[in-house]
Amino acid sequence: MPTKVLEGIRVIDFTWAFVGPQTTKTLADCGAEVIKIESATRPGFWRTMGPFKDNEPGLDNSFPFGIFNTNKLSATLNLAYPKGVEIVKDLIAKADVVVDNFSGGTMDRMGLGYEELRKVKPDIIMLSACMHGQTGPYNTHPGFGNQLTALCGFSHISGWPDREPVDLGAYTDTVAPMFNVLAIGAALDYRRRTGKGQYLDMAELECGLHFMGPQLLDYTTNKRSANRKGNYCSYAAPHNVYPCKGDQEFCAIAVYTDEEWEGFCKVLGNPEWTKDAKFSTLAARKENETELDEKVSEWTLNLAPDEAMDLLQAAGVPAGSRKLQMDMQTNNPQLQARQGFMPVDHSVLGRQNVRRPPYLFSKAGYEMRPAPLIGEHTEYVFKEILGMTDDQLEELVIEGVIE
Amino acid sequence: MEEKKEGMLTPYRVLDLTDLHGLLVGKLLGDLGADVIKIERPGGDMARDIGPFYQDDPDPEKSLFWWAFNTSKRGITLDIESADGQAIFKKLVGTADFITESYPAGYMDRIGLGYDVLEKINPGIIMVALSPFGQTGPYKDYKDSGIVAAALGWMMDQFDDTDRPPIWIGGHPQTSLLGSMEAASAAMLALFHRGTTGEGQYVDVSIHETVSRGASAYRRAVEEPPSDKTDDKADDKEDDGSPFLRKGRSGGGTFVNPTMIRRIWPCKDGYVILLWWAGPNAKRWNSPLVEWMDSEGMAGYLKEVDWDAFDWRYVTWEQADQMEEPTLAFFAKHTKAELLEGALKFKAMVYPVSTCEDTLQNPQLEARGFWQELEHPELNASVTYPGEFGVFSEAPAVVSRRPPLIGEHNKEILEEELGMSAQEVLALKQSGVI
Repeated sequence: MPTKVLEGIRVIDFTWAFVGPQTTKTLADCGAEVIKIESATRPGFWRTMGPFKDNEPGLDNSFPFGIFNTNKLSATLNLAYPKGVEIVKDLIAKADVVVDNFSGGTMDRMGLGYEELRKVKPDIIMLSACMHGQTGPYNTHPGFGNQLTALCGFSHISGWPDREPVDLGAYTDTVAPMFNVLAIGAALDYRRRTGKGQYLDMAELECGLHFMGPQLLDYTTNKRSANRKGNYCSYAAPHNVYPCKGDQEFCAIAVYTDEEWEGFCKVLGNPEWTKDAKFSTLAARKENETELDEKVSEWTLNLAPDEAMDLLQAAGVPAGSRKLQMDMQTNNPQLQARQGFMPVDHSVLGRQNVRRPPYLFSKAGYEMRPAPLIGEHTEYVFKEILGMTDDQLEELVIEGVIE
Repeated sequence: MEEKKEGMLTPYRVLDLTDLHGLLVGKLLGDLGADVIKIERPGGDMARDIGPFYQDDPDPEKSLFWWAFNTSKRGITLDIESADGQAIFKKLVGTADFITESYPAGYMDRIGLGYDVLEKINPGIIMVALSPFGQTGPYKDYKDSGIVAAALGWMMDQFDDTDRPPIWIGGHPQTSLLGSMEAASAAMLALFHRGTTGEGQYVDVSIHETVSRGASAYRRAVEEPPSDKTDDKADDKEDDGSPFLRKGRSGGGTFVNPTMIRRIWPCKDGYVILLWWAGPNAKRWNSPLVEWMDSEGMAGYLKEVDWDAFDWRYVTWEQADQMEEPTLAFFAKHTKAELLEGALKFKAMVYPVSTCEDTLQNPQLEARGFWQELEHPELNASVTYPGEFGVFSEAPAVVSRRPPLIGEHNKEILEEELGMSAQEVLALKQSGVI
């Protein structure tokens, strides 16, 4: 079994939807013991969201749940009962980190706010991730990553200048978990050095805006709001996604430097048009970019996307074939060589190929265990960690506290 | 310059060797309190040539791209390929906790500054290498740009109008920022590991792996996809010409819930986003907007929809049109600001498609004190920056310094901290090392 970087850390996980589970998945994949607190009567988002195994809804049948929750444990507890809240606090007293991503103030209302948790574990690190943060006038406004992506300004700058902005999906949902892991990692070291825990109030909006930095500064200093530009980039040409041989096949090409332009021309066999003054400098290419793109497309249309990519990359030109989700695991030698996805065998879902964190440590490794069935580790958690007896456990089941 | 407050990473030093792809890593560690020294090549980093520029003046000290990702750092210039430069770099490594770099795979080894060499100087050093495809594998020497990584990493799968090439987020390469975030969090995980084992390590971060994240999430990646074709309306639609365009709908179809209805809607002064949900939460998430529309007598057909039974798989194009019609009419009547205000009141998930101007006026960010002013004395200007990336109760994340000028801290670091003489520093300058 490989050494893992977060070995010895215990995380109590109240997360749902995307940002929270992705945050705790990273912690779990890196070796923390992550215990999901779940309810069978009020199951979480992904437990009830398909696609399902055999198209049959069921708490253990969700493919996405399987993918977002590898290496985690599941214990069931009904937090509507005061006893449920007391038990989870006992568990938190034996934990290092608590993570939730409810809308602002929810944990407080459940009696599980940071001030309460500090009483049972003075050095607890608690991270609450929500859309807008725990404070301020919008703190309880519900939303998902798609909406936040629009609110951050990403949608407005994405798409074609003559068309509507694009719904980019839940982009900021992929940004926020990394900020969360960064904050938790730093807080763990701070606790090690000072003995102090802390409360980490994370807003997906604020995280996302750090990815809009240059555009925001353009507004604060030049009063200019960035707009849609298709795939164009002010300091590169060609810089677009070009049609290739076949139906809906594409290759992205980006030429920044003179050296890359020379490499590009060479791959094309230095045709006459590349020597035209209209294309000889970056400034000229920017000016004649529509015509340039037509010329490039004439060349790419004769090639398969991977062919165009390999030829250009061999000449030092950034290029990449456009992949579809379905291609990723079967048709990507790089991901295969580095095991970017690792297989897990889930007792209900069968084999899933699951993403590992996108970094390799020289002195630690990874191991993928499947996502838990609901309540799979209830007994372990309450007996092994909290030291309950079989009788106590049975009583709680009868009372409905443990589901 | 403002003194740094105690942050979570105050005792640590970071040597930042990254280029445009990895500048964010050091910025975030700096916000957390670390002493980050940005090491630029003599004359300044190439990322300083990237616009937009302050007052549109293309000066390397005025690149807003550079500014955005280099706050909370000090800066020196150093030619790390020269013998003198390497000697200075190695001295600095002895005082540091992290090195971040984003050179092509293997470059640091080739110039004699690989992890094997540096860990002998400082066994606790954590070296975080961010690269387009990782340090190993058949693509390791391939070059990257934002659109290249996005194309290869499936990000352009869903977002194409059928008559034009696929697109991804505009502006600077988001994919490098995503990779930088993973690198920053990996640095913290390695720091925790050092706390328990006493050992530093090398961390190999791949932008390609970072962006290839969604690939396994949904049905298409499952090894044996379910055979029930009723779930495959998205596929049927693709056979149906170009439905999004034919219908005048914008992009953004998805495999999960094959919605046949737009998500971005024009309003009086721009656009808003609203998703009509299906599934177990449809009623909870859709009803607030219907109630709000109804309060203005505009809900129309939407009042008749039984959300409990609502399932995109069985919705016809005609029904989708019937839903779209009142929604378009309602949004067209209101401005972005009115719609956000109403959304807050009714708890409806309607959000503006913000421009940067809208973002600067967002009352929530104002209330949380997100924006931070930094003085640029050399320009006699105060500039508003995005501030804390999180609100931390014990040790705040503070954007503590404006970005360094080229070689701004050469004297401070080489003379005052490494104890070199003014004469030695002058000699380095004359020989082009700094």
